[in-house]
Amino acid sequence: MIPLSHYLMLSTLLFSISIIGIFLNRKNLVVLLMAIELLLLAANINFVAFSHYLGDAAGQVFVFFVLTVAAAESAIGLAILIVVFRNRQSIDVQDLSQLKG
Amino acid sequence: MSFLQVSFYCFSLILIVAAVRVVTVGNAVKAALYLVLVFFSAACIWITLEAEFLAIVLVLVYVGAVMVLFLFVVMMLDIDITRMRESFGRYLFTGGSIAVIMVIELGIVVMAGSFDLDRVPRPVGHDSEYSNTKELGILLYTDYVYIVELAAILLLVAIIAAIALTLRKRPKTHYQSPSQQLTVTKKERLKIVEMDSETNRSSNRGSSS
Amino acid sequence: MTLELLVLMIPTSCLVASVVTGLGSNYLTSRVVHLITIGAVTISFLGSLWVGVLVIQGQRLDMILYTWGASDTINFSVGFLIDQLSSLMMVVVTFVSLMVHIYTVGYMKEDPGYKRFFSYICLFTFAMLMLVTANNFLLLFFGWEAVGLVSYLLIGFWFERKSATFASLKAFLVNRVGDLGFLLGIAAILSLFGTLDYQAVFASAPEYATATVEGPFGNEWKWLTIICLLLFVGAMGKSAQVPLHVWLPDSMEGPTPISALIHAATMVTAGIFMVARMSPLFEESNVALITVLLVGAITAISMALVAVVQNDIKRVVAYSTLSQLGYMTVALGVSAYSVAIFHLATHAFFKALLFLAAGSVIVALHHEQDMRRMGGLWRRMPLTYITALIGTMALVGIPPFAGFFSKEAIIESVLVSHSVVGSVVYFMMIAGVFLTALYSFRLIFLVFHGESRLSDGNSNHVHESTWVITIPLILLAIPSLFSGLVLVDPVLSGNLLGASVVSGVHEGASHGAIYMLSHAWVTPPFWLAIAGTIAAWLLYNRYPSTPKNIANRSQLGYRVLVNKYGIDRLYELIFADGARALGHVLWKFGDRLVVDHTLVNGTARFVGRLSGFFRLLQSGYVYHYAFVMVVGLVAIMSWFIFFS
Repeated sequence: MIPLSHYLMLSTLLFSISIIGIFLNRKNLVVLLMAIELLLLAANINFVAFSHYLGDAAGQVFVFFVLTVAAAESAIGLAILIVVFRNRQSIDVQDLSQLKG
Repeated sequence: MSFLQVSFYCFSLILIVAAVRVVTVGNAVKAALYLVLVFFSAACIWITLEAEFLAIVLVLVYVGAVMVLFLFVVMMLDIDITRMRESFGRYLFTGGSIAVIMVIELGIVVMAGSFDLDRVPRPVGHDSEYSNTKELGILLYTDYVYIVELAAILLLVAIIAAIALTLRKRPKTHYQSPSQQLTVTKKERLKIVEMDSETNRSSNRGSSS
Repeated sequence: MTLELLVLMIPTSCLVASVVTGLGSNYLTSRVVHLITIGAVTISFLGSLWVGVLVIQGQRLDMILYTWGASDTINFSVGFLIDQLSSLMMVVVTFVSLMVHIYTVGYMKEDPGYKRFFSYICLFTFAMLMLVTANNFLLLFFGWEAVGLVSYLLIGFWFERKSATFASLKAFLVNRVGDLGFLLGIAAILSLFGTLDYQAVFASAPEYATATVEGPFGNEWKWLTIICLLLFVGAMGKSAQVPLHVWLPDSMEGPTPISALIHAATMVTAGIFMVARMSPLFEESNVALITVLLVGAITAISMALVAVVQNDIKRVVAYSTLSQLGYMTVALGVSAYSVAIFHLATHAFFKALLFLAAGSVIVALHHEQDMRRMGGLWRRMPLTYITALIGTMALVGIPPFAGFFSKEAIIESVLVSHSVVGSVVYFMMIAGVFLTALYSFRLIFLVFHGESRLSDGNSNHVHESTWVITIPLILLAIPSLFSGLVLVDPVLSGNLLGASVVSGVHEGASHGAIYMLSHAWVTPPFWLAIAGTIAAWLLYNRYPSTPKNIANRSQLGYRVLVNKYGIDRLYELIFADGARALGHVLWKFGDRLVVDHTLVNGTARFVGRLSGFFRLLQSGYVYHYAFVMVVGLVAIMSWFIFFS
């Protein structure tokens, strides 16, 4: 049978890939948001796996809420992205340095 | 190797490959499509974990809604893809090494044996009478009911925030203003002009018709 | 009316009157102001008399009115203790205060600060009443500080005069030294006994008599000795004992009624009262008693010597006050607490009388205070002259005036104390009697007798003061005459103060008034007083050029006395200049270098440089921040996996 550790390893790999994605895609804000979705998915896989192996459905409830937050986050993220594009005609993260003091 | 194992490893492989493609493909439309694939295989993996409800929700919400949203945005914006490819590999080494360290470290923890089958045995699957949806529903609407309410408020806030962020007044668009329409009075609309009654013969003013 | 109500009413009426007149001075006329305050003090005085009657009938009161604060096991409360000692003090305080109030109506008639003055002295009466009726150390300290505050305000009453503001500051600062000791003493009591209530502390004093604490050089000190010495430092400050006496002569910058009320009759005797109140503690410590005795004796004799050479009429009386306070302290030092209080009471009457008489002269001469420009006034101011003479005779100790009995009792107590220190002090005391007579009658002869040396402006229209000034003089002359005669028997038999002070073992044998009067002519103090009087007559009336010759012959001694032993100068050198030098060093090194340069600017520079470095990290690119976050995450993960 499949041990729990394999599910956890899968989510670890997914997590690492999304970290790489954040580093690589500094030009494209959309892909950055997608990488963040992957990060959340990795966490969700852990939740579901533990929930199943420990026999506690509360883990799945958490996934439910994480999905809610992720949906809200991507909606607002995309809205911000649109505003950014509208103002600067670009979604290049390297152009966004207004925070510099 | 049982069917369950086969399907798990297959979908895992698809998931990993698709995830790698998401972050490397460069083209945002393709990346979104690969992301759909990632979510789909993740949903399949969740089914192997008997989380049927969440798997369906993942497909419906993410593949059906969020990803469509992404695609909309990507296609709405006129993104210069060639510029996107610039300096792509420059941070590959940094990001890659950090990710590798992370995988190694987490691997040490995960594969150390604490999560093996002899420690955490895989539970026997539920019979066909079992409804994952029912169980989750009972939990959500009893123990977690307040948090569900909070999540609803969160979503409402997200809706309002998204609309408020993207809404803009276009100067050339024409709007109706119902409140103004309702408060209008006769005086503003109708103008009564008093004048002498005209006869046909009084054409000496220059009105030739 | 019950005792509780009376005790509450007495200070409250003064406080209310003071607040009303102080805050409402813009809306009240001078007449209303003095009517309100005199009325309030009259109420207090009558109430105090009533309390005195009740106490003589045997009533006692130890009540807690209000709990100020409670912390763990320690209670800070507002409470009153009424026994013979406090009721006697209340009567003395309110009586002198009432006299001074009435007198002020005449004395301050034309002063722009008339209303303010009444508000202050009424406040003073309140504070003094709180001090004497307190039933715990905290309230005592409140009264102690409050009278100090009012004293400061009143010495600097004419604040447009520089000398007055300096004098008030000096009084305040010197009193701080004493108050620090007092506060430390109270803190020591709190730490040793765990309570501030008089009765509880006194009851457990014998238990702690052997408690010791290790001194800085490994020697063992009795706790009670330390406590008593610290408390006595407070008493030294308030009662102006050497070496903390320097503020009292300068306090004469204040208006004369204040000198009479605060700096002669009541406030300065607070230290004496306090030590008498703490008599159960002082009885447990011989070291403290001997210190008290020596300080008192030195004060009594050295200040009497200075009084002989002063020319300012108020300062002569002020130095005489210092000397008499020394006498009281000596009585405390030989455990004759009731005798000390006896002298305190009689002294309050005749010294207030002397001050008010001096004030009467000063007013008549349009604020001339130099005795060298007076003389021959007895014809023109007969009432003032007679009352001043009565006060002087009481001060000198001519029988049967009040001072005779109290001073005689003190000297006798010292004599029967039978110790080496005691016999030395005895000789100092009787020498003091001679000096007292000398300077007192010097004042009388210089001011009222001899030929007139008045300045031209004054010589023609000097006349007796108005009735508001003379009535208090007459009213004060009465107790100056009779209070000794009336009080001496109860004091010596120990009935007057009863159990409110410890009856010392050394008190004079109870001879009684008649015995003392009939045997006065065989005691040395009497003859020394007579000798002093005659010497004063010879030197300052019969042969007025002699003092100058003596002064010229013994330049050194004269200058030492005129400069008051150089103590003021010494303090100026050590404390004022020393403090200034220290301040300069601290300013240059501590403030400029350490605080300004290193700490303030240094902090700014450090933060500036540090942020200059950190600014490099703040690129403004979100992915840099994300990168730092991820690196931090990896670092924490590595820590957990490999090091914990």
